Amino acid sequence: MHISHNPWVWVAAILTLAIFSFLYKDNPFFKMAEHIFVGVATGYGFVYTWNNGIYPNLLKPIFVDHQWLFIIPLILGLMYLSVVVPKFAYFIRWPFAFLLGVGSGLSVPLAFRASLVEQIKYTILPNPHGMSAILFINALLILIGVVTVVLYFYFSTPHEGVMKPLTKTGIVFLMVGFGASFGYTIMARFSLLVGRFEFLLGNWLGILPWLK
Amino acid sequence: MVLNLLVFILAASGVIQVKDIPNDDGSRLKIEYRLPESVFDSAFLYRIQGNKKILIHKVANSSGVVIDEGLNYKKTYKYTLVVYSDTLKKTYESLMVKPKASWFDTSQFPLFIVVLLYTGLLLFYIQHARSGKSLYLRPIAGLQAVDEAVGRATEMGRPILYVPGLSSISDVATIAALNILSHVTKKAGEYETKILVPVRDPVVYTIAREIVKESYYSIGRPDLYNENDVFFATDSQFGYAAHVSGTMVREKTATNFFMGMFWAESLILSETGASTGAIQIAGTDAVTQLPFFIVTCDYTLMGEELYAASAYLSKEPLLTATLKGQDAMKVIILLVVGALSILNLFGVHITLGLF
Repeated sequence: MHISHNPWVWVAAILTLAIFSFLYKDNPFFKMAEHIFVGVATGYGFVYTWNNGIYPNLLKPIFVDHQWLFIIPLILGLMYLSVVVPKFAYFIRWPFAFLLGVGSGLSVPLAFRASLVEQIKYTILPNPHGMSAILFINALLILIGVVTVVLYFYFSTPHEGVMKPLTKTGIVFLMVGFGASFGYTIMARFSLLVGRFEFLLGNWLGILPWLK
Repeated sequence: MVLNLLVFILAASGVIQVKDIPNDDGSRLKIEYRLPESVFDSAFLYRIQGNKKILIHKVANSSGVVIDEGLNYKKTYKYTLVVYSDTLKKTYESLMVKPKASWFDTSQFPLFIVVLLYTGLLLFYIQHARSGKSLYLRPIAGLQAVDEAVGRATEMGRPILYVPGLSSISDVATIAALNILSHVTKKAGEYETKILVPVRDPVVYTIAREIVKESYYSIGRPDLYNENDVFFATDSQFGYAAHVSGTMVREKTATNFFMGMFWAESLILSETGASTGAIQIAGTDAVTQLPFFIVTCDYTLMGEELYAASAYLSKEPLLTATLKGQDAMKVIILLVVGALSILNLFGVHITLGLF
């Protein structure tokens, strides 16, 4: 057993244990870790935004490279701050309108292509000629799954009569998908937990011989 | 030193053919080469740009296609293919080619028709709603429980927690979450129940604050608005999760709403809420996070149900009409999928320029 002499490893280990202590109940150690986390993350976020966003993408182009067109995003950005002066608070509508307009304009064709056309393309049943029975059954299952799930999300008709068995089938497909996704993600989370324990037992306490 | 290489320069011999790639910004050219010799030691494809000779591809086969990217549509380019074989060096040259920049991507035309069709359907239903005709929408269990959940918090004398997701304002799920926030705030205001809204994104924070303020004003209770109830927590994903978890435990929230876009923090938030005994309603279009909400929350709005929620709750004819338009589009999609599947079974393959 070789306990780490690195003070930063100790800080990380103590904060990890403080966060884990929430599993028992809320306590001062968790509160301390939570507030340090929030404070450090916000401070880090500010410095990161300054170094990777504001300075290289806004201030440098204007004040160093003299690209005066960048004054437009600067003005739009400053309009965000108008909320602190109630008299001029309505200025904030301009950057919001710009952001939503550009965002929608860019995403509409992409969303239609990726979320609609590509999905339809792989749902259409292929020609079974020269295809193995398993592959065709798989394609048939995809078609049934997509049709019944889309019908579940059809809001204009109540789930009664002929719609009832169809939407029930859709729910079964959804739940099977969610179950698979749940299991897959839980395994990924366990690997994160294993990583933390490896840190505590190996890097900090030195119990694990391969991680000192 | 005696150079023992025999050098041939074969200009415009048809070995290299350079073509413009249509429907792009003029930054790409397609180079097709077919070498007369099938065996050679090495071969290199160069772009000649003014006085510069830039290597763009190391040729391995006697024929192939290379896409050269990062070009300027105002400039002219020439390509040379240099082939080394024993003591022989051969150079093949292409003609001068200028890439063309297109104003429109005509390959997207069928998609444009689909967008027009969808827009037409939406406009039709909006007009239909404006004419005063009622539009039926089936009930959704999670939405009917919203008022009940607000009432429960009132009975217990505890606050409501509303998390509008962790994404930015350009995310559709965030916009839907903010629409629902308006309804929940009005309901909470009617019962004089406190609502806490921790936010991760600074822009969403500003909008959420205005929505809560406006909602209290609209029910005639501006006195209930406390600017500290809508607050920016942090933009760190897990810092935010830790903070909201702590808030749930300390403030003993009776009702938790998780609406919008969520990532890996979804289970941390909803599991903490479940452990405090709060009634929880979640809604997200994040497919990977839905399973966690389903197992830990009392009601979950799945995918499009979240978008539909704002139409249901507001009873706004415009939003209801939009939902009806989407439903009509779904029917068209199912008919297209069905028809093309049947045709495929009989060996008739139709792509409509889309698939």
